Amino acid sequence: MTAVLRPPASACPACAAAPVAAPEAPVEREAAQIALSLPTIHCSACIAKVERILNGHPQVRSARVNLTLKRASIDAAPGVTAQELAELVGGLGYEAHELDAGTLSATASDKAGRDLLMRLAVAGFASMNVMLLSVAVWSGAEAATRDLFHWISAAIALPTIAFAGQPFFHNAWAALSKRRLNMDVPITLAILLALVSSLWETSLSGEHAYFDAALALVFFLLAGRYLDHRTRAVARSAAQELSALEVPRAIRVENGIEREVMQAELNVDDLVLVRPGGRMPVDGEIVTGTSEIDRSLLTGETLPVLAQPGQAVSAGEVNLTGPLTIRASAVGRDTSLHQMADLVAIAESGRSRYTSLSDQAARLYAPGVHILSALSFIGWYLYSGDLRTALNIAAAVLIITCPCALGLAVPAVTTAASGRLFQRGMLIKDATALERLAQVDTVVFDKTGTLTAGTPQLTNLADLPQQAVALAASLANGSSHPLARAIVLAAAEAGTAPVQVDEVTEEPGFGTRGLWQGRQVRLGRASWIGAQPATETATFLQVGDGDPVAFTFTDRLRDGAAEAVRALQESGKKVFLMSGDTTAPVEALASRLGISHWLAEALPADKAARIQELSEQGAHVLMVGDGMNDTAALTAAHVSISPASALDAARVASDIVLLGGDLEPIAAACETAQRATRRIRDNFRIATIYNLIAVPLAVAGLATPLIAALAMSTSSITVSLNALRVR
Amino acid sequence: MNVLAYLIPISLLLGGVGLIAFIYTVRSNQYDDPEGDSRRILDDEYDKHPKG
Repeated sequence: MTAVLRPPASACPACAAAPVAAPEAPVEREAAQIALSLPTIHCSACIAKVERILNGHPQVRSARVNLTLKRASIDAAPGVTAQELAELVGGLGYEAHELDAGTLSATASDKAGRDLLMRLAVAGFASMNVMLLSVAVWSGAEAATRDLFHWISAAIALPTIAFAGQPFFHNAWAALSKRRLNMDVPITLAILLALVSSLWETSLSGEHAYFDAALALVFFLLAGRYLDHRTRAVARSAAQELSALEVPRAIRVENGIEREVMQAELNVDDLVLVRPGGRMPVDGEIVTGTSEIDRSLLTGETLPVLAQPGQAVSAGEVNLTGPLTIRASAVGRDTSLHQMADLVAIAESGRSRYTSLSDQAARLYAPGVHILSALSFIGWYLYSGDLRTALNIAAAVLIITCPCALGLAVPAVTTAASGRLFQRGMLIKDATALERLAQVDTVVFDKTGTLTAGTPQLTNLADLPQQAVALAASLANGSSHPLARAIVLAAAEAGTAPVQVDEVTEEPGFGTRGLWQGRQVRLGRASWIGAQPATETATFLQVGDGDPVAFTFTDRLRDGAAEAVRALQESGKKVFLMSGDTTAPVEALASRLGISHWLAEALPADKAARIQELSEQGAHVLMVGDGMNDTAALTAAHVSISPASALDAARVASDIVLLGGDLEPIAAACETAQRATRRIRDNFRIATIYNLIAVPLAVAGLATPLIAALAMSTSSITVSLNALRVR
Repeated sequence: MNVLAYLIPISLLLGGVGLIAFIYTVRSNQYDDPEGDSRRILDDEYDKHPKG
């Protein structure tokens, strides 16, 4: 049978070469680097213990723990698996999870951040030096001394700005080549004009040179850029760690032998074994095995579906009870999981592009500054007929109006607010997510996996005969099926004594049977027992030929779900529930949480369409969802949140990731976001006030480098301090 | 005021040494694990393979 299933060797030369190359690839990767996530390490003793045991492993070349990232990176010989090292560390009492080195490689060297930091350091160093030289000039250095100081300043400033100012020059050029204006255009113009006019002044032994101002400008703006970059880099690396925790491995059956391979190496027509609890790596058809599959991440249904040979399964579904062998029909990008990306693309095109507050400010500001500066140049040129004076004044206007405080206004606040939210377990992935979150007036929740934890809970324990519960618990004891686990848990909590049931066998996909006092007892799905299927999630117990007893279940609420919904409603937001699940459980949950608007049996496209409809009515929608069926809706919404337990695709599509299992921080996050946006507006106002005072002086030709330096530093410092008030 | 001719280059040189030292620390990844490094110094064991 397996011989038939192997791909034809002559299909293409590359295919023929691939199987030879394939076994080497994973080995090499494992030889190079293994990464482990160690979420519970916290002290120097932890570092020492973990490193000692890892380095003690004979095949480990070197191991290094990073306490900041709570991660261990290990260089080991080929053949060492991450799993055995994780177990080794686990033996010390520390939690250890394997991280996919391929996903992490991008975070390893944060080149852009380092580059910015280097430029910031150079600009800082140069501006300090030039500022000190300028102090001498301001306090009355004259003639040759002043000229000497100006020339030294120029010698420091020119190369520094050529190096440190590059990010601004690049951005400005990119905007100009597309015939647009951004914040970087006036910045670049101000820096260049200040340098040119200062050089000219210096060469004529003039009094005013703006080298210090140009450098301080670069320094403050780079500080803003760096803050901005740090905030996003921290969020990005945390998000990547979440993805890296799901190592994409699969078990391929080759000639009857099971081999663990990376999912990327699977081909169409491969036989793939999926163990109970595992997630389908590919689309395909079941070849052998019977089980039940949980589709909740794809469709939102909570009811497990029977899986038998011949049935099609799609990637992302979870196998519950028995091992399944699947023949792959689509792998990688072709799977239905990835085809959802098309829906996401459609939703993305419909999304109204959000203009951030800083862009809005830049739109007003950039042309205004240019016009003002040009007008003062023309005015002074006509009035005095002196090109040098006119140029000097134009440079002064640009320098003084330059958006130092504006450049810091947004990043300082977002850094402070994101840090706050991160402590509460929220990861802000998108730069403008906070501003958008502040506008939210409508919240849409997904049901399965978002408001509910995805684990069932027995509901009718009180109505059931004691004996039935004891029997069911004994039958369910050996099974890993979620409903069976729920029965065992409920029985143990109620203190039911177990009864002796013999010959317990599990029939994957159907249920469990056993012998009790010589009679056959069965616990399983309605069709197998011969009972009338219930509308809610249920399993049935039958003793001999007696009437089946129904055990009904409800999905357990996620922690903080009720509190979050209530807090959101109290703050005047409309709350909706949209689910792909059947009507009965959705209605039950909605009434339990006091949500009056709900939608059941929604297809992924329905959800996205409803959200777009709401947006067209002028609502700013926050979507909270976790499944594959939510991705389009997450993208269509104004801003979106997904829990850390969500599918990778959903996390990628959403702006904010909830790290803990608790939903409660959502309401508080909305308030923090509103406060942060208020601070940003405050900051813009502060910056404007400084400009209103300083600009008339500059236009009138009264501005000196001292005034420019004072205006710049005080406004930047006030803005940063104001940002720290975000709680 | 002739002393300036010596003092200015000297001060620039000293500042430059600091700047180069900082750039060296950035380039050699010394800010990758600030928390871990601050704890490692308390460790009794001699680290034969410091990161580098």
